Amino acid sequence: MIPLSSYLILAAILFAISIAGIFINRKNVIVLLMCIELMLLAVNINFIAFSHFLGDSAGQVFVFFILTVAAAEAAIGLAILVVVFRNRQTINVAELQSLKG
Amino acid sequence: MTFFEVVFYAFSALMVVAALGVVGARNPVHSALFLVLTFFATSAIWLLLEAEFLAITLVLVYVGAVMVLFLFVVMMLDINITRMREGLMRYAPFGIAIAILLIVQMIMVVGPESFGLQAFALPEPHAADYSNTKELGRVLYTEYVYAFELASVILLVAIVAAIALTMRRRPNTRHQKPGEQMKVLKEDRLRIVKMKSEDRQ
Repeated sequence: MIPLSSYLILAAILFAISIAGIFINRKNVIVLLMCIELMLLAVNINFIAFSHFLGDSAGQVFVFFILTVAAAEAAIGLAILVVVFRNRQTINVAELQSLKG
Repeated sequence: MTFFEVVFYAFSALMVVAALGVVGARNPVHSALFLVLTFFATSAIWLLLEAEFLAITLVLVYVGAVMVLFLFVVMMLDINITRMREGLMRYAPFGIAIAILLIVQMIMVVGPESFGLQAFALPEPHAADYSNTKELGRVLYTEYVYAFELASVILLVAIVAAIALTMRRRPNTRHQKPGEQMKVLKEDRLRIVKMKSEDRQ
């Protein structure tokens, strides 16, 4: 059967892939946001795996709240992105250098 | 290999491949679609862990709402992909090295020696009439009701912030002004003229 360590290693691999993604796609804010979603997903896998193996539903409640906060973060992040694009006609991080929009 | 192991390894492989696709795809639309695939594979893994409610929530909320929002924004913004990919490979070896280092470290920490079947025995599977949704709801509305209310406030703040950020009044568009429409009196618009009726010809 599948031990707890398999789930934890799977989550660690997912987390490492998303960190590499932040390094690789560091110019594109949309892909950066997607990498952050992947990181949160990796953390959620850890929470649910521990919740299952320890028989405690508190882990699932935490995942519920993380999903809520991640949805709010994605909505606000994309709204900021739309405003930035409207003002600067680019979302390239390298070109966003001035504070005054 | 048991059925559970086959399902676990198949969906884990799918998940890792899809995550690599998110990171490596040239087009942001492809990245978003790969992220959808990652969410589907993860929801299968969560079903294996008997978290049925959250697995379905992940598909409904994430694939149904958040990823549609991502795709909407990706397609709405006119992004120059080729300029975005410039200098891409400069930091790629660095990022990959950090990722491999992280994986090796994490496997040393959470590997089978410390979190294997000896340390954490497999839990008893729940009975057929066990409802994950009912259990989660019971905990959520009793022990965590305060946090639950806070989560709803966070969602409200997110709605208000997203609308306030993106709403704009362009100068050349024509709008109704409902306040002024409501304030109009009969005398402002209507003039009653008394005059003699004319004779029939």
